[in-house]
Amino acid sequence: MKLPLPPLPTALQRKPKRPGEAERVKPLDQAKEAGIATVDWIDERTSLSGGARWLMFRKVPKGTNWFYTLGSASLFAFLSQAVTGVFLAMYYDPSVTHAYESARYITNEVFLGEFVRGMHKWGSSVMVVLVCLHMARTFFFGAYKYPRELNWVIGVVLLILTFLMSFTGYLLPFDQRSYWATVVGVNINGTGPLVGPFLSDFLRGGAEFGSTTLSRFYAIHMLLVPGGLAALIGAHLYLVARLGTTAPPWLKAESHDGQTEERV
Amino acid sequence: MADGRKDPKSKYTADRGMPGAFEGETVTRRRLMTATAHGAGGIAVAAFALPALGFAAGSALFDRPKAIWEAVGTPADFPDDTYVPRTITAVAGVGQVGKTTAYVRARNEELDRAPNPPGYDEQFVAVSTRCMHLGCPVRYIEAAQRFVCPCHGGVYDFGGKVSGGPPVRPLDRFYTRVRNGQVEIGPRYSVNSEFRRFPSYRDPAQDLDGVGQYLYPGRFSTPKKD
Repeated sequence: MKLPLPPLPTALQRKPKRPGEAERVKPLDQAKEAGIATVDWIDERTSLSGGARWLMFRKVPKGTNWFYTLGSASLFAFLSQAVTGVFLAMYYDPSVTHAYESARYITNEVFLGEFVRGMHKWGSSVMVVLVCLHMARTFFFGAYKYPRELNWVIGVVLLILTFLMSFTGYLLPFDQRSYWATVVGVNINGTGPLVGPFLSDFLRGGAEFGSTTLSRFYAIHMLLVPGGLAALIGAHLYLVARLGTTAPPWLKAESHDGQTEERV
Repeated sequence: MADGRKDPKSKYTADRGMPGAFEGETVTRRRLMTATAHGAGGIAVAAFALPALGFAAGSALFDRPKAIWEAVGTPADFPDDTYVPRTITAVAGVGQVGKTTAYVRARNEELDRAPNPPGYDEQFVAVSTRCMHLGCPVRYIEAAQRFVCPCHGGVYDFGGKVSGGPPVRPLDRFYTRVRNGQVEIGPRYSVNSEFRRFPSYRDPAQDLDGVGQYLYPGRFSTPKKD
C-alpha cells in the first residue's frame, strides 16, 4: 500500500515532467552505462562477443562431474607457472657462477621470494600430476575416440612439452642435485642410437657440461617450450569448444532427445 | 580415350584442363603469381630460420675445443699399485663446474696388458671418475681396490673394467705424457672392454662393444690430442 506523501512546500515538491521533455541522464546512470558502452565500442569493432559466447556458453552433456575439471585445473597450473616464472626471471641470473647465488637470493632475501619460488617449484609437480590425471580421465572415459583423436594427439605433445619443462627447469637452481640430475638426464638422452650423441651435444652446447649448458636450458625453459605450450593449449581449447564435451561412459542414451543439439 | 592424342585441341581453355590460360601458355598467370609468392615467402623464412638453426646447433655440434694438458706432479708421486686422485680442468673458464677428478698411477705391465698404440709410450694411467652408467662421479675404495659409483651401484675393478652393476663399458681414461719432469694429463678417451682406444670419447651409457661402436659414432665436439 502506498502512503500519501506528507504536505511539502512547493519548492521541495518534485516537478512534473513537462510534455516533450526527455529524461535528463544522471551521472550515476552514466557511470552504470560506461562499462557496457566500452564493451559495445570494442565489440562493434571486433565482433568478439560472438566468439566469447561460442567458447563459454556451450551445451554440456548430462552426468558431467568433477573429473571434467582436471583440464581447467591443468590450465590454471600452467598459468600459475607462467606468472611465477616470469617474475622469478626478474631476479634469476643464468650464469654458472651466479645462478646458485641468485636462487639463494630469491629464497632468502627477496620479499615473498621463498613463497613465489615455492609456488613455481611445487606447482611444477602439481602440473605434472594434474596433466597425468587429466590424461587418465580422457582415457578411461573414452574421450579420445572419434572425432577427438587429434585433440588426444595434441594432448600427448603437451604432456611431452610439460616433461621437457620439468627437465630443463630442474637444472636452474644449479645446486649439486640439479647438476648431477641433469648430467644423468642428458646421458640417458644420449643412449638413442645414431642421433643420441649429437642430441646430447646440442643440449649441452658441446661435448662437456659447460658455461653454455645452463643458458641453453634457461632459454629452452623460458622461451622455446612455453611458446609451444601456449600455442598448443590454444589449439587444444579450440578443439574442445569445437567438438564439445563427451558424456560419461555410464550414461546410457535412452533416446536422442536431449542428447543432441537441435539444429536451429 | 586411347586415341585422345589424335583429336585436335579444343579452342576452349577449360577443355584443355587449364581454365584462363591463353593460347600456347603452359602455366596460367595466376598459378605463376601464386608460385612466385609462395617461393618468395619460403626464401624469406629460410633466410632467417636456417641461420638461426645453425647458430643454435652449429657450435654445439662442430666446435672442437683445444686439448688441455695439465701438469699433476712428478713421476715419483705416482706408484703403480694404487691410485692418487688429482683434480683437473675439463672445461676452462667456468669455475668449479669445469673441474673433474682423475685417478692417476704408473703403468703396471702385469695389469695393463693392452699395448700402447703405435707412436705412444705412455708410462702413466689416468682413469676418469665419470661412471659409464649415467655419468655420476665414482670413488676409488682402497680396501676393495674397486671404483664404486654412489648413484646406481656401478662397480669397477682396479683397471677400471666393469665388475658389477649397470655400466656398459670400462671407465674412460685420459692421455698422459711426461714433459719437463712433470706428468701431464691430456684429453679424455673412451675404451671398450678390450681396452681399445676411442679418441673421440663417448658419453656414458654408450656401449662400445660389437654394434655399439657404430650405433654411437664419434663426435666433432671432442678435443683432438695433438
